[in-house]
Amino acid sequence: MIALSDYLTVAALLFGLSMAGIFINRKNVIILLMCIELMLLAVNINFVAFSHYLGDSAGQVFVFFILTVAAAEAAIGLAILVVLFRNRRSINVDDLDTLKG
Amino acid sequence: MSFEQILFYLFSGVLVLSAGAVITVRNPVHAAMFLVLCFVTTSALWLLLEAEFLAITLVLVYVGAVMVLFLFVVMMLDINLARMREGFARYLPIGGIVAATAVGIMGLAVGRINFGLDVWPAPPARAADYSNTRELGEQLYTTYVYPFEIASVVLLVAIVAAIALTLRTRPGTRYQKIEEQVVVKKSDRLRVVQLESEGRK
Repeated sequence: MIALSDYLTVAALLFGLSMAGIFINRKNVIILLMCIELMLLAVNINFVAFSHYLGDSAGQVFVFFILTVAAAEAAIGLAILVVLFRNRRSINVDDLDTLKG
Repeated sequence: MSFEQILFYLFSGVLVLSAGAVITVRNPVHAAMFLVLCFVTTSALWLLLEAEFLAITLVLVYVGAVMVLFLFVVMMLDINLARMREGFARYLPIGGIVAATAVGIMGLAVGRINFGLDVWPAPPARAADYSNTRELGEQLYTTYVYPFEIASVVLLVAIVAAIALTLRTRPGTRYQKIEEQVVVKKSDRLRVVQLESEGRK
């Protein structure tokens, strides 16, 4: 039988990998967005696993809402990316220094 | 080792390997493709967890819509790959250390001691006529109907925001003005001129 800890470990590994991805790909906004999607996926795996082992479908409803919000986030993020590229001809994070941050 | 376990280790192995590929490959198109593989294997894991509706939704919504959007944007932009890779080796150690620490701490918390089979026994398999979609639908349209409506508003706002952000009207382009075309009268366009008729010479 597959234990709950197996699913949780896979989700933790996925989360750690996406965290490392945010560190090592800090120049490329597209890969950063993909890493955020991976993090949300890891959280969703946890939700579904707990929902299964608790026998409560509320967790799956939450995953449904997370998927909705993540889709909206991806759409707006990519739209911002396109506008950024149109104005600056680059999506390098280092070039985004208009606010002198 | 049961068949379920073989499937679980197969799919989670592919999932972790492709997640590693997403963050390390050079080409963003390849990264997007590996992310698609991640989503597909995750949906297989969710099938093992008897969450059939969400597994299908993940493939339809993520692989079918979001990742296609990602691919469109990646191909539309002209990215300087060499500059993007700057600092990859420099940040690799600290990224690895932070990720390993986080995974180590999480692994301590979610190990077999706290969430093993003896603490959280696997629930009995559902009956053959159990419908996951029906159960989720009943929950969504009764208990969670208000959040469901809010989610639809969020999606609407996202549509409007995405279109408003990327909409571009070029100056100097000639458009039809439909409303002016519709309200035009015969007298605006047509002038009847009375001409003196001339006799044949």
